[in-house]
Amino acid sequence: MTPELCFLLNDREIRLAEVGPSDTLLDFLRIEQRLTGTKEGCAEGDCGACTVLLGRLTDAGLIYEPINACIRFLASCHGCHIVTVEHLHGPDGGLHPVQAVMVEHHATQCGFCTPGFVMALYGLWMANPDPSVTEIETALQGNLCRCTGYEPIIKAALAAGRAGGQAMDMLALERDAVAARLRDMRGGRVELAKGGQRAIIPADTDDLAAVLEVEPKATIVAGSTDVGLWVTKFLRDISPAVFIGHLMKEMSVTGGEIRLGAGVTYSEAAPLFRRHLPQVHDYLMRIAGWQVRNMGTIGANIANGSPIGDTPPLLIALDARIVLRKGAARREIALEDFFIDYGKQDRAPGEFVETVIIPIRPDARIAAYKVSKRRDSDITAVAAGFSVTVEGDIITEARLAFGGMAATPKRAKSAEAALVGQPFASASFEAAAKAVTRDFQPLSDWRASADYRRTVSANLFRRFWLEQSEPDLPVRLNYAVGE
Amino acid sequence: MKDETVIRGLAHQDTTHDSAIKQVQGRADYTDDLSEPYGLAHAYLGLSQCAHGLIRDMDLSAVRTSPGVIGVLTAADIAHNDVSANGKHDDPIFAETEVLFWGQPIFAVIAETRDQARRAAHKAKIAYDPLPHVLEPIGARDAGMGYVTEPLTLRRGDAAAAMEKAPRRIKGRMAIGGQDHFYLEGQIAMAIPGEDEDVTINVSTQHPSEVQHVVAHVMGVPSHSVVVNVRRMGGGFGGKETQMNLFAAVAAIAAKRWNRAVKIRPDRDDDMTATGKRHDFVVDYEVGFDDDGRILAVEGDWYARCGFSSDLSGPVTDRALFHADNAYYYPDVRVSSHPMKTNTVSNTAFRGFGGPQGIVAAERMVEEIGYALGRDPLEIRKLNLYQNGQLTPYHQEVTDQILPRIFEELEASSDYHARRQAVLDWNERAKREGGVIRKGIALTPVKFGISFTATWFNQAGALLHIYSDGSMALNHGGTEMGQGLNTKVAQVVAEVFQCDISRIKITKTTTEKVPNTSATAASSGTDLNGMAALDAADQIKARLIEFVAERWQAPREEVEFVPGHIRAGDRLIPFDEVIGAAYMARIHLSAAGFYKTPKIHWDRSTGRGRPFYYYSYGAAVAEVSVDTLTGEYVIDRADVLHDVGRSLNPAIDRGQVEGAFVQGTGWLTCEELWWDDKGRLRTHAPSTYKIPLASDKPRIFNVKLADWSENSERSIKRSKAVGEPPFVLGVCVFEAINMAVASFTDYRRAALLDAPATPERVLMAIEALRREPGQK
Repeated sequence: MTPELCFLLNDREIRLAEVGPSDTLLDFLRIEQRLTGTKEGCAEGDCGACTVLLGRLTDAGLIYEPINACIRFLASCHGCHIVTVEHLHGPDGGLHPVQAVMVEHHATQCGFCTPGFVMALYGLWMANPDPSVTEIETALQGNLCRCTGYEPIIKAALAAGRAGGQAMDMLALERDAVAARLRDMRGGRVELAKGGQRAIIPADTDDLAAVLEVEPKATIVAGSTDVGLWVTKFLRDISPAVFIGHLMKEMSVTGGEIRLGAGVTYSEAAPLFRRHLPQVHDYLMRIAGWQVRNMGTIGANIANGSPIGDTPPLLIALDARIVLRKGAARREIALEDFFIDYGKQDRAPGEFVETVIIPIRPDARIAAYKVSKRRDSDITAVAAGFSVTVEGDIITEARLAFGGMAATPKRAKSAEAALVGQPFASASFEAAAKAVTRDFQPLSDWRASADYRRTVSANLFRRFWLEQSEPDLPVRLNYAVGE
Repeated sequence: MKDETVIRGLAHQDTTHDSAIKQVQGRADYTDDLSEPYGLAHAYLGLSQCAHGLIRDMDLSAVRTSPGVIGVLTAADIAHNDVSANGKHDDPIFAETEVLFWGQPIFAVIAETRDQARRAAHKAKIAYDPLPHVLEPIGARDAGMGYVTEPLTLRRGDAAAAMEKAPRRIKGRMAIGGQDHFYLEGQIAMAIPGEDEDVTINVSTQHPSEVQHVVAHVMGVPSHSVVVNVRRMGGGFGGKETQMNLFAAVAAIAAKRWNRAVKIRPDRDDDMTATGKRHDFVVDYEVGFDDDGRILAVEGDWYARCGFSSDLSGPVTDRALFHADNAYYYPDVRVSSHPMKTNTVSNTAFRGFGGPQGIVAAERMVEEIGYALGRDPLEIRKLNLYQNGQLTPYHQEVTDQILPRIFEELEASSDYHARRQAVLDWNERAKREGGVIRKGIALTPVKFGISFTATWFNQAGALLHIYSDGSMALNHGGTEMGQGLNTKVAQVVAEVFQCDISRIKITKTTTEKVPNTSATAASSGTDLNGMAALDAADQIKARLIEFVAERWQAPREEVEFVPGHIRAGDRLIPFDEVIGAAYMARIHLSAAGFYKTPKIHWDRSTGRGRPFYYYSYGAAVAEVSVDTLTGEYVIDRADVLHDVGRSLNPAIDRGQVEGAFVQGTGWLTCEELWWDDKGRLRTHAPSTYKIPLASDKPRIFNVKLADWSENSERSIKRSKAVGEPPFVLGVCVFEAINMAVASFTDYRRAALLDAPATPERVLMAIEALRREPGQK
């Protein structure tokens, strides 16, 4: 056990003995280190002005991803490499290609969002040397600009792709050395404290189980994309907090099932989903912005219990199961049974979600829908996951789950009943559309009125039918940009 | 002799923003990035939790004893509890006995760290006796809330009589939502106490002089005791024209009280809750027209949600009326403003300053005429465009009309007519085949009046020093918020001296260098400050010509500034050499420049005058696709042709046009302010208040400047203002969405969506139409 937090910040090694669980990376950068290039725009992971790169060791080696420093806790950076805009430079010490194209394309105006855009684009430039406009827009879902209208930024990003130079990039050149230093930082459990506030970083999953046996009431922090806001917006006390974002990263496909460790992020899971559930790729890419997808985990999206979490409706429709662990004991339950009521889940103190198991159903017709005020990086008004099995011309199974419609993510039982045993035909889906309005009594709030939620949830059945029956009919909006 | 010197950054060139390199490196300092003085303390506001009520009891003991707390400020601690700049004394720093909106500041706490101050502020125990609250302008009218400032009526001819006689009439009501600025850098001020009564304030503001004057007033000291600095803002858009006064005042008062530097920076939620926004309006309109679509008479009433105080609501609601005609001639007209008091935050300046809300209603009338007559609204637009010589409702003669040419070029470059037919065909087919996606297309213009309607604000000062090494320091009264003002003003000076722009450093804007400046607002920054800088440069240039003529023995008319040099007869002397020699010869190498806009005058009491020096014009076409199952939409394409006169910097101006278009689109589509029934704004952070993202901009986005245009007035280098006018071009997106919805009426009538056209509004309108016979 070590009482020290250790990570790399740009070209320096940082060792800190006094760290509280609520200390954010952004405050550390701006206040302690006076690295003021990283900005605070919203302190809730929505605007991206605080974007930095976080490098971490994975099975595939050292990877760098953009993250939001504002809601990232310092304690969760143990053994990582934080790269801020101040460190970014080109091979000659001048502007990095990503910075140069931003200048050349007049892509800065007020400039406050600029360092965040630069770092997101740097992350994209490293990961994807030749991005399409759609890929650029997807990478920039977590970055707001109020001045430029984005046009010059996208042109700059395309030019950065053309500029190349990845092999000579500063982080590429020192990759092995950094990986070695990060490897050296790995070790046992880290326990930190500041002013009576405690942060615990377990060594591995077994250690996590042991920690939670002793600290059953601890706040479990995975990607901090929600807990971060408890602290930055609501000033909540999360001590003692257990940081698990580095744990439970296992992913496998066996026996027709995807098994995801609870610590797998949206970004990490994306390729697997793309391969085995291509129908839901678009949906997954509409969950928050890139920075949040690089931090947030699917397991925590479930464990959090929110009625508007993006993954539960889809996963319930897919008949996913979760493994809950307490100490050495594990139990497996259907995901839909996990959600009991608003703010109440089937999870005992000291218990944690360890694995998410998602059956792959090649025989089912699967769709995932999200409706929100703004297409990207918005909180869901209505989300739906549909899994419908048809044998011959008859619907034999329908699992239809909704988010945003009730106090928990929930199946639409009347709508399911309206479909099962019926012909795979328009009339059946019309009946389901009518039935679903009996399934839910949604609320009105700033995201949507109850009426809108009801109307949309019904219309999603019409959309599903049209998509399944008339593949050539344009049913969805086309956001693609011709290159 | 041929000179080969290449210099960069002259007028009319695509010159890079002077901070661009620093910005991409994270080295451009915003107020929160400045080195912090030793002993810096932090202030945080305590906000009301009640939309309207009397403060029954205020217990701040837990605040005072919270860790790190240095002290607390309430109304009782302030000499003049008033940050209003318009003489109405209705904008207190802290509520005293009555709370007028949810989120109104009541106290400030000062602590060693921002975190401590923030935590302490939340420990206040304040009890209220609630009073009824009113949020909506029509509700305010009905409840007799009254006006926050004097209303205005513009009148020409006899609108009532002309309406009576008009062959056709349409009457309607339209609600237009407000808009949060969502500047990426929130409000912030840092005050540093000095000797005597002095205080220096670094603050993110568009109006340093007003901060200076307001803080001096609040503290009861002369203006010369207060220095206000701003290097740059991380966005302003009008949100920092008056709204920073309160923060600067709190920081300054605390700094003097505890003799420590004090910084105040609200979090995003408090910033959006406690500072004003674009005014929401409800417009009642009636338009009379003939069978050809020619407008004969217009009557309208613009009811604005002004909030609890006047702030800038007077000039904002005035400007709504100044643009109630947009680009169209109304032969007989009566339009009136109703600046309603409401129990909401006091609304303020925002890019366009009321003009967009006038224009949206004008375009709604034209659109309705088009649908009523079964014609493309564009035809109605063309029919009613001002012709030179015609009078606006405020009796200013239009003399610089260029919209016919802009329309013609834009229709051709966007292939408007063929695409409109394709849209109609698409919708017809969708109706026949049960297609889900409907489309719409619209072309809308803007004519925007340039000048502050408060005539005295149309003045500016500049200060130019040339140092003996030939480098220059330039200051002017304008502030840099990303719009490239400093770059454009420096280009003007570079042009005068034919020197590279790198010689010219524009440092922070400070009340110490240029006094009594106007807000950088009303799109006027370059027009005013560029002219003032030109005046300063011309003064020094005249002295240098005099000096060179004498020193190098050349006739004055043969002394000329050429790139990097000065030509005296047939001699070419490097600029540095001239400056060095001029210094030795004791030539004054510093000048203060000044400018006031000529020709303008405005008499509000009669509603007549020439408030605007000139008009800026532009037009845009948008095509949209609407998902009729969810109400979601995408802007498939937008084409913009905008007039900035003879652009001082086409790259920067194009950036302004693109950014304004997207911001205007956001206002009319996804940006929605939503209050709950307690009067609490619930969309107060980017998680709930959605401004456009990269994926919301038009999928194809063609933006062109009308490069043939020249300002017919003697503006700076014949350029035109650019900040606000293109904001209004987003109206074409709104109308295109309306058209897609109206396809469910077979275009027999307009869709009449209120703004913003959120997916919910769009879908619910479609669903209502679907239920009508003959649709599906």
